[in-house]
Amino acid sequence: MLETRFHSIALYSVFFRHARVRKYGAELQRCRLDAVPVDLGDYHPLKPITVTDSRSRRGGRKGSTSSSSSSSSSVAPDPLSSMLEGTDPLSLFAAASASETPTLSHSSSSVELGRKRRENEEEVGADFEPWSAKRGEILARFTTTEKLSINLFMGSDKNKASSPSSAVSEKVRTRLEELDDLEEGSQRELLNLSQQDYVNRIEELNQSLKEAWSSDQKVKALKIVIQCSKLLSDTSVIQFYPSKFVLITDILDTFGRLVYERIWSMCSDPRPIPDSFSVEDVNDTAKETCLNWFFKIASIRELIPRLYVEAAILKCNRFLNKTGIQETLPRLTAMIRGIGDPLVAVYARAYLCRVGMEVAPHLKDSLNKNFFDLLASFRQIHGDTVQNQLVIQRVEIPVYLTLYSPAIHWILQCVAYRAPDVLLTEMMERCKKLGNNALLLNSVMWAFRPEFVAARATDFIGMIKDCDEAGFPKHLLFGSLGRSLACADPPESERLPILNEAWKVITKVRSPQDYINCAEIWVEFTCRHFTKREVNTVLADIIKHMTPDRAFEDAYPQLQSVMKKILTYFHNFSVLFSMEKFLPFLDMFQKDSVRVEVCKSIMEVFIKHQQEPTRDPVILNALLHVCKTMHDSVNALTVEDEKRSLALLINGFIRMVSFGRDFEQQLSFCVEARATFCNLEPVIIQLIHTVNQLAMETRRVMGGSHSRKTAAFVRACAAYSFITIPSLTSIFSRLHLYLLSGQVALANQCLSQADAFLKAAVSVLPEVPRTISVEGKQRSSEAFLLDFINSFLSTLLVVPDHPEQGVLYLVRGLLNMVQDYTWEDNSDAKVRVYISALPLLAAMSQESYLYTIPKVDSNETLYGGDPKFVAEISRLCETLIGQVLDHLKTLGREEGVRRQGSLAFSLFSTLLAHGDLRNNKLNQLAVNLWNLSHKNGHCDTRTSVRTLEHIKQQAQQPELSHLSDMLLRLSLQSRA
Amino acid sequence: GKFVNDLSICRASPIQLISSNIEVAKPGKVPGGKTEIPFEFPLQAKGNKMLYETYHGVFVNIQYTLRCDMRRPLLAKDLSKTCEFMLHCQPQKSKVQPTPVDFTITPETLQNVKERTSLPKFVIRGHLDATNCVITQPLTGELVVESSEVAIKSIELQLVRVETCGCAEGYARDATEIQNIQIAEGDVCHGLPIPIYMVFPRLFTCPTLETTNFKVEFEVNVVIVLHDDHLITENFPLKLCRV
Repeated sequence: MLETRFHSIALYSVFFRHARVRKYGAELQRCRLDAVPVDLGDYHPLKPITVTDSRSRRGGRKGSTSSSSSSSSSVAPDPLSSMLEGTDPLSLFAAASASETPTLSHSSSSVELGRKRRENEEEVGADFEPWSAKRGEILARFTTTEKLSINLFMGSDKNKASSPSSAVSEKVRTRLEELDDLEEGSQRELLNLSQQDYVNRIEELNQSLKEAWSSDQKVKALKIVIQCSKLLSDTSVIQFYPSKFVLITDILDTFGRLVYERIWSMCSDPRPIPDSFSVEDVNDTAKETCLNWFFKIASIRELIPRLYVEAAILKCNRFLNKTGIQETLPRLTAMIRGIGDPLVAVYARAYLCRVGMEVAPHLKDSLNKNFFDLLASFRQIHGDTVQNQLVIQRVEIPVYLTLYSPAIHWILQCVAYRAPDVLLTEMMERCKKLGNNALLLNSVMWAFRPEFVAARATDFIGMIKDCDEAGFPKHLLFGSLGRSLACADPPESERLPILNEAWKVITKVRSPQDYINCAEIWVEFTCRHFTKREVNTVLADIIKHMTPDRAFEDAYPQLQSVMKKILTYFHNFSVLFSMEKFLPFLDMFQKDSVRVEVCKSIMEVFIKHQQEPTRDPVILNALLHVCKTMHDSVNALTVEDEKRSLALLINGFIRMVSFGRDFEQQLSFCVEARATFCNLEPVIIQLIHTVNQLAMETRRVMGGSHSRKTAAFVRACAAYSFITIPSLTSIFSRLHLYLLSGQVALANQCLSQADAFLKAAVSVLPEVPRTISVEGKQRSSEAFLLDFINSFLSTLLVVPDHPEQGVLYLVRGLLNMVQDYTWEDNSDAKVRVYISALPLLAAMSQESYLYTIPKVDSNETLYGGDPKFVAEISRLCETLIGQVLDHLKTLGREEGVRRQGSLAFSLFSTLLAHGDLRNNKLNQLAVNLWNLSHKNGHCDTRTSVRTLEHIKQQAQQPELSHLSDMLLRLSLQSRA
Repeated sequence: GKFVNDLSICRASPIQLISSNIEVAKPGKVPGGKTEIPFEFPLQAKGNKMLYETYHGVFVNIQYTLRCDMRRPLLAKDLSKTCEFMLHCQPQKSKVQPTPVDFTITPETLQNVKERTSLPKFVIRGHLDATNCVITQPLTGELVVESSEVAIKSIELQLVRVETCGCAEGYARDATEIQNIQIAEGDVCHGLPIPIYMVFPRLFTCPTLETTNFKVEFEVNVVIVLHDDHLITENFPLKLCRV
């Protein structure tokens, strides 16, 4: 069949009677460049390129590896680093924002930022966790499903019990209340708000504050702020109070900033005042305006708004006098004593401490005073007023007490910041005097330096034990202690007793949610200081607590965190999986998405930390299980990226599996893996590569000569690949793997297997679609196909003909497929394949082949230069060239002259390189092709010139001297 | 120019404290464009009268106005413009005796009680740092709720101004709340001193004034509102002055 198609077109029977005879060894010697040793210490492809040595240019090797850019610049400085020398704006900014204290989200006017940066000595450092870091946490933690209300007391003051005895004229009254009214005489009460509504309303108020300000309605702005701060005296829906505090103090921060900036800008005429300005720099108008604000605020009737609003503009005292801030802070601190509700009071203190830390962090006394006042009024929490309120709102004491935590944490954090140990010890003593109050103790552990707490961990445990059972939950106390111990280490001798004491309490916590919150924290301490034995015990306890009633379903984030911590500390997977409870723990992740996440994190750690390939059955079993879980999560809806990342992790695992010399075991692992991971194509591809590698490894071990047993084994490997490849959907993967596996089979002397692979590849060719999807884009497959065919052709040189099939069976088979393939319209691809087949045929006709496979007889040996074989090759060449010339003709007729020129030149080059041009006709054809390619002036003159030079050079060799005659007939007429 | 002063008490006829008249420009033609004419007055009280600080009250109004008249030739109307100006006394050089006052409030100390037996028990102590106050300085002091049977709802400072004036019908007295400042909200911690602090409002206060015809005086009430809405008030007269 092949015969019939390719023999009829014998037009140019002239050439390729003989391909040019090649002496590959001698040619190689000639072509080889002078070897220049590459100094590896000096060279790295990613190093900035500095070419100063002319030797390396001439050397070629070095020049070529360090890319063409080396020639363009002698010293190439890294453009990025030179541009940003010394002042990388990003890191500057990062540094600034790190030292930036609270309310990043709202106070980011650039002026403010710049100013703050320069006040460094009065600033708190980056080691102070800013308020902005707490905001989100509080908002997320203190939520409610109850309905909220916002009551902006517009004029409702009139009815309050605040107008006693004396006669008050209406006129004065109205004037006084002006400040309190947002819109005269109206009362706006928003009831039945969901939490989200509430948040939105507050944000609206924040917006209207900014709008009022920018439209110069300063009084309205003040009214809004007053109304908002009033909301902080309202403790209905008390469990939402901390979040409400966060929302409203955001507004206050905005206001404080606006007022400060306004007055600051009043001083900047004629030129801006320095950031470290003193009172003398402030002009009278600015002072008067500032004073006016303070007078207005001083006349606010109600205590809480007056306090908050004055605190909000605390910084403005800088405009009035040097000592303003340090006089105001203690006064405001004392003023908070007037707030009866202990929760409202403690948050007011927190706000004052926050503003204080921001404006004057060096004024420690007020911070301490706030804390001592807090202690002094602590009994209020257990007073009747509070208790009654809790009964009405149906809030449990432990829940109520936790509402205090953010505020007390914050106050203590401010107090403890860079405070000497002596002070901290004194604070602790004061807390103790209050009967080891759990709430305070908890905040102390939160806010004080972890090192301080860790060093006294045993004392703390004692104090926790002494705490009253009722009230503040103990597991929270242990949670806080655990948090400190996660970042600072207690003395070594105390560690085990600490763990025992802590776990004794934790394990008794009944609520699974409370339990896991606390246990999760202590896992860190356990992993950090103890062995798998202790961690295993902890895991067992967690399983015991979280299994009943499927409690784990509500605790996935915490369980995931436990897993993360274990993986952080245990990188040795044989230790990890020898923990009896590890896999049962893994089994608690039953929600698919979470389970896959966890499996992925395990695999990531494995791939990152596993150094040596392993055959440990414990690891293999466990990881196969993990990988299978990941694999099984793939379904029709899984996105490509997810599949890719899963496959990447599984491949990482497969690469790390090695059974050493036990090749059969390795193969059976691959068989098992194939069954397990059948839905992930990249994994299947990896497995085929692994098996091919296995075959090559076997060959290496056997020194190239297989025993009967190993021969059978490599055949089994080939069989594995052969039956696996068809299951792939990607056609190019199939093609390349067929080729690769064929090469491997050939290398292992499995001739019939190799034949089968290559035949399979040829038979798949017609299925290649004209377009394929590359990274989501449809692209023509032609270039990929040509690439493949070229590398296929180069393999065919060493494939011996099948004894039962005709001569050059595979080559002709391939060419037939190429002929039948539906190439794109107006494409020269087919002809290009023909042209590239010519060098192969030329190489095949040599007496000794360019390359061979050890222990495999190629056609050179098989036919031993049989004239029939050579004639067959010649005939095939003739046919091919005939096809090419026909095609050239059709191009001449159409508008394809440019393509014609290029193809003609390409055939010319091939003839020049591989044909025996002593043959006159062939020589004539070459000259004709040259002329044809230059006829229409579409050829690249530079290439032409270089080609001519090359021919000139070649002609100097005695056996190619005939080329100089031909050279005379080749002209660059296209220039005309 | 003309300089006039009015003092009106009750519905009584205004009393003129000061009046003087000067010519700021001689007759002639005012050139086109903006013309500024500087002038100054000595503030000299009329006869045996005294000058008081500017003050706007309910019954008592002390106001100083400046009127400028421009007389023009026959066919054009005369022009006139009046504006108020403020008068502050020269601060007195003398040292003020603060005269602090301590107080204790219990059911027993109260007057005007209808049923003393129904009153809940409480003890509230405190002090004012000064009853002779400098008008530019805040009123300060402390207050301690030592005990209280009923929870406290609110503690307020009420600044009251009392105007008294004599007129044909006898004399009239009017007390006006000019500022109310809450210093405690809710059931405050017992035994912990709460600061008393109040800034005197600039527009509604002036130094205490006592003349033959009228008086302007100030008082502060410490008002304690109990949770059962009992209202306890302790009154302290203040003397304000400018130093």
